[in-house]
This record gives sequence, C-alpha cells and structure tokens, in this order.
Amino acid sequence: MNLDTFMLMRDEIVLTGILLILLIAEVLWSPKNKKGLIYLGLLLFAGYTLQSFFSMGTGSLFGGSFKAYPLVNFFKASLAFGVMVILLQSVEWIKQKLLPNDFSAEFFILIFASLLGINFMVSSGDFLIFYIGLELATMPVIALTAFEFYNHRSVEAGVKYIMLASVSSAILLFGVSLVYATAGSIFFDDIKGALQLPLLEIIGLVMIFTGIAFKISLVPFHFWAADVYEGAPTVVSNYLSVISKAGAVYVLMTLLFITFRVFETEWNWIMYGIAILTMFVGNIFALRQQNMKRFLAFSSIAQAGFILLAMLSNDQMGVKAIIYFLLIYIFSNIAAFGVVHIISLKTGKENIDDYNGLYTSNPKLSLALMIALFSLAGIPPVSGFFAKFFLYAAAASKGYYVLIFIAVLNVTISLYYYLLPIRAAFLRRNEHPIPYFKIDIFSKIALVIVMVGLMVLGLYSGVFSYISSISNIF
Amino acid sequence: MIEGVTLVEIMSLTTILFFIGVYGFLTRTNLMAMLMSLELMINAEAVNFVSINKYLSPAILQGQIFSLFIIALAAAETALAVAIILHLFRLTNTIDVKEVKTLKY
Repeated sequence: MNLDTFMLMRDEIVLTGILLILLIAEVLWSPKNKKGLIYLGLLLFAGYTLQSFFSMGTGSLFGGSFKAYPLVNFFKASLAFGVMVILLQSVEWIKQKLLPNDFSAEFFILIFASLLGINFMVSSGDFLIFYIGLELATMPVIALTAFEFYNHRSVEAGVKYIMLASVSSAILLFGVSLVYATAGSIFFDDIKGALQLPLLEIIGLVMIFTGIAFKISLVPFHFWAADVYEGAPTVVSNYLSVISKAGAVYVLMTLLFITFRVFETEWNWIMYGIAILTMFVGNIFALRQQNMKRFLAFSSIAQAGFILLAMLSNDQMGVKAIIYFLLIYIFSNIAAFGVVHIISLKTGKENIDDYNGLYTSNPKLSLALMIALFSLAGIPPVSGFFAKFFLYAAAASKGYYVLIFIAVLNVTISLYYYLLPIRAAFLRRNEHPIPYFKIDIFSKIALVIVMVGLMVLGLYSGVFSYISSISNIF
Repeated sequence: MIEGVTLVEIMSLTTILFFIGVYGFLTRTNLMAMLMSLELMINAEAVNFVSINKYLSPAILQGQIFSLFIIALAAAETALAVAIILHLFRLTNTIDVKEVKTLKY
C-alpha cells in the first residue's frame, strides 16, 4: 500500500480533516465573533464538494474492506452537492436559533460526521465497515433531531428516532451474525461465493433488509418517519429525507444486486409486496395531512416505494434508473423542503392552509414550490418525469406490468395531493396571506441552484449517459 | 471453545436472549427499561459473533473484532439515548413512553 492507493479514500480523508479543523477552530475562535465560524464551515465544505467531483479511480483498500469505483465516487459527489445546498439553506436558521446559544460549530460537525458515515457506508466492502458507517450516519442525525432541546416536539422526535433506530440496527446486526455463521466471513466478496441457500441465510437476509428498510422508511418500518420529520428542525428533516435515505438506498442496491444475488427469487417477492404497500400507504396517508413537513414525509415514503420498482429489475438498467432517480430526488426534495423551511423560519407557519394566497405576496417563492412539487409528482417539463420514466422502464424490462399499472395508479393519487399546496398558493383567495418578506442571500442561491438543476437535469441528456457509462458495477 | 458445549446450544441461548430483548422492548413503557432491553439484544449479538468465530473459523479473528466494535457503538448509542431522555424528562417530568404523544397520525 502506498500513497496512491490511499488516495482512493480522499473524500473521507478530506472530510475528517475538515471535522478536525472545525473542532479546533471552535475552541480557538474568539467568542465575540462566532459568526465567522459559519462562513468557515461553509467555505471548507465548498472546497470538499469541489474536490469530490474530480475522479478518484478504482480499487480497494484494507484487504477489500473499502472499495472505490466510478459510480460510488459520482454518488458521493452528488451527496456532497446536496449537503452543500442544505447548508446554504440553513445559514439563516443557524444565525437565528443556534448562534445565540453558541451551537453553530456543533451543527456543522454533526452534519459532516453523518456524511462521513454515509461515505463509508456506501463504499464499504465488508459488514464491519458497513455497520460502523451506518451507526456513524445515524447517530449525529439523531443528536441533530433533538437539537432544539428547549422545544418539546424536537426532543420527542429525538426520543422516537433513537429508540427505533437502535432497535433496527440491533436487528440488522443479528442478521449479519447469522450470515456470518453460514458464510464464514464478513467480506461481501467472500459471502457472495459462499451462500448456499440454507434457511438461516434467508432469515439473516430478511433481518439485514429490515435494518436498511428502516433507514429508507419502507412501509412496515415507516412509522418513525412522519413524527421525526415533523418534530426535527426543518433543515434536519431535509437532510434525513434526502441524503440519509439516498445513502441507504445505494447500500441496499449493492447488497441485493451483488452480494445476495443468489437469493434473487426470494427477495424479488419481498420487494414486490413492499413496493405496492409502500406506495399505497405513503400516498393515502399523505392525502389527509395538513402540516407541510408531515406531508412531505409521507410523500418521501411514497417515493421510496417507486425506487423499489427499479430494484426489481436487478440489472444494469436498474442501477442507472436508481442513481438517476436519486439524483433528481435530491434536487426536488431539497427544493420543496427549502421553501417550507424559509416560510417556517420567517413566519412560523407550516400548515397548507397558511399558504393560501401565497402567490399574491411572494410570487417567486410559490413558483419555486410549484416546480419542486411538479418534479416530485413527475409532470413532464420538470426532470422528475424523466426520473420516474426510467424507473418504469427498468421494471418493464423484466415484465412487471401489473406492478407498473399499480405505480401509475399511485402517481394519479399523488398528483391530487401534490396539487393541494399549489392550489392553496395560486388559486385560493385570502384576506391575510403570508406577508411579503425578503429571502436571505444564501437561501436564494440555494433555491436558484436547485431550480436550475431541476430544469436542466431533465432536458440535458449528458448526465444520464454519464451515469449509464459508469453503472456497470457487477 | 468450551468442552461439551456445541455451537447450536450457544446460538440457541443468544437467540433466546435476543428475543427476550425484543419482548422487553415491546412491552415496557419506561424508556430506561426499553434501553435495557435494547442492551440485551446487542449483547446477544456480541456473544454470537465471538462464539461463531471461535467455533467455525478460529484462525481469522473477524468476529471477535466485530464484537469489540459492537460494544463500543452500543455504549455510544446508550449515551446519546440517555442524554435525549434526560432532556425529555426535564421538559415533561416523565419518561413513560405512553406520554410521548404530541406528534401523531
């Protein structure tokens, strides 16, 4: 091993360096001018995002524990980009809520630690690194969920999240130990060759699936999602619903497509059932929500159901569709949560009825909300449509036509509730709409970035052909 | 390796331990007792890893190292959980899980 092979984990090394710099800077920074620390964090992370786009090559480290290949590098770069936009959105919130209590550096440190965990998780080559990454990705976010500790709802969300997350990771760990007992190794490559289909391995696979499905909030394990998203600070719900979920989807994909490929017929039926359940439950519960954060939580559960459509195809087409969908999903959900975050921060209002007549007072913001929700619903000019189209194409390539029909039915249901906030903002008359307010410069930049991304990613085919050129991970 | 004890017996024990933990987690309403049940589940896994390693592939220490990490991460998890439960107690004066019901439906 020399320096060149070590540079395969450049992302993680740089991120760890940033963490240490922030920790030391927090101690040494003059207490009078803590605002500078926010800009330091932003600047360092911008540097990290920039470097993550330069290619890192292919190879493995530590005897196969850590793997790097073009697809995972691209995925890490898009996650870094998503976190960058979330950080830009959160600057105003940090200034108002965290700076008076002197917690601004902690916020950055926790978010970066969680991203580091996700980076390790997605490029893990054995169950040990995978498990450590999963815990490192989860625990800082739990702390962030309960970050407004004077607020009862935030703490309650934190309690619910940590109890359920610990149980799910304990169940996952039991599954890992069963797989270890039968395969005799914790390395994915060794397990792939050693699986012989005894019952114990299938129980192990189901338990591992449970642990990851909890992170993605698939349906029998989705109960935490709405509560935690509603109680947590909006920035954190944004991070949870986008970055954390995307990382877990990627890991589930690599585990099922490569390591547990032998069990294809077994897990295909699990996926089939859970996809239908997830779409229906997510959509039907979203219909009756009033709170925007809860509404977006159920919508993100339903979106997870759509991702499973492509999971079923189990080939390169599926990989392409999932990665492309996740990329678009990062943009559209960050945009939707961003608008909710700005309005909630300025006025404290989070209900759909409060958005009545928003267009008359804040036309730009309601336009952004409309584009984001159209993208989530999958209406053509916006890129969400193309993402959903490839998911259907992946499922159709293996002949799951009934499932696609059910998915289209669900898109119709989802169209109704995605149009509810838009109707409130554009069509409903209101004597006292949310008054006009100026959006701070960082949130403005973040919104413009995601809007441009949403319009461009769908029409410009270069991104999809790039993903398709690197998607051969088998 | 213990004389006269097979791996199946040890794994039966850990499985029983694990599901006692699951049962406790589902039936207790005190958050601290739930945390104890959780600890039972995680410890069952640690024993599982060590014994599988010792019986099936004693030459490579993957399982034992895994169990070390499990212990460390379980401690971190517990510390975080207790910190959050403490905040809940300060706000509501109770750690009964049935009282944690502001957010629902």
